[in-house]
Amino acid sequence: MLTPRPAGAVAEFIALLEMRTGQQMGANRNWRVETALKPVMRDTGHETLEKLAAAIRADRSGPLADRVVDELLNQESSFFRDAAVFDIVEQAVSAIPDTRRPRIWSAGCSTGQEPLSLAMLFAEKLDHQMPEILATDVSESALNKARAGHYTQFEIQRGLPIRRMMQWFDSSDGDWIANPGLTRMVSFRRMNLVADSLPIGRFDVILCRNVLLYFSLDIRRAVLGRLAQVLRPDGVLVLGAGETVIGQTDAFRPSQRYRGLYEPNWAAAAAA
Amino acid sequence: MKTCLVVDDSKVIRKVARHILETLNFEVSEAADGKEALDSCMASVPDVILLDWNMPVMSGMDFLRALRDTALSSRPKVVFCTTENGMAYIRAAIEAGADEYVMKPFDRETLESKLQIVGLA
Repeated sequence: MLTPRPAGAVAEFIALLEMRTGQQMGANRNWRVETALKPVMRDTGHETLEKLAAAIRADRSGPLADRVVDELLNQESSFFRDAAVFDIVEQAVSAIPDTRRPRIWSAGCSTGQEPLSLAMLFAEKLDHQMPEILATDVSESALNKARAGHYTQFEIQRGLPIRRMMQWFDSSDGDWIANPGLTRMVSFRRMNLVADSLPIGRFDVILCRNVLLYFSLDIRRAVLGRLAQVLRPDGVLVLGAGETVIGQTDAFRPSQRYRGLYEPNWAAAAAA
Repeated sequence: MKTCLVVDDSKVIRKVARHILETLNFEVSEAADGKEALDSCMASVPDVILLDWNMPVMSGMDFLRALRDTALSSRPKVVFCTTENGMAYIRAAIEAGADEYVMKPFDRETLESKLQIVGLA
């Protein structure tokens, strides 16, 4: 049973999360704070949230604060999540002339299932150039897991067809490790979508799924504007199943070519 | 309604699988071993079979080989669901004609995901 929540400490953790990542945690999600931080409290010997908050106050940029932020981020992900999206991305990439190498950015890649799914998908297509795949996330611990390609039995079974698992993963003490040839197809980098410098160059496809919903409308609009800056004029943006650009930004509009995807809104950009 | 035959000698596993499958709108039937399962398929071919490996009377692997050698009105999907989690077992199951493989223990998300992969959820 959960102990009563000290509102002051919870508020401090939520403020730390927003300061570090731009992500907000609604009042109805406050219960998640204590649940998410229980392992940190256990590992570090801080018996209460108040004591943990006090330790963080003493060192806001230290490893303890990093760990707290990581635990508060929602890192849920799965292989080939919303499988139809991968078919559309494949279509969009296949339409790119062979004269240049396609570029894909998985923005907010969490523990790596999305970019590794893309890598498997395109590595198996022998008739097209392998795209360059950049994967970024604000959480260094999530990226470490992604780089290692190390997944539990539950994680590996979510969305990954068994034949692909056999082809690309090996078992190790009950867990599953990606073949280094797979993880090498993806460049993993830590990046805060709100504040850090944007990647150099432009992308053909940007996937930013189930990330923007954690931002306020103002931050969401700003991030969409930043994504538009690095998307090719003929590129496409992929959002999560429940997300849209409509009412959020003028930088994008629904794609004329690919159902459910978005393209840069050059009419709005020209008028601005 | 889609149909699923759950083949497992454990009553508990059959009960858990039935509960999950019914929430996914499957009509569920059960068999406690491969022989019972084969008889069930001869009477009525399900859309998908959730199949344990180690069972008395007839193992999951013997059932699968017999099933794939039998002329039926349709080809049911077969999803192995077993504690045999080594790569050699998985490879053998796929070579024998399994469509997917669930490593026990499993939960609702795992099962739903595997049924989606075989086009049934």
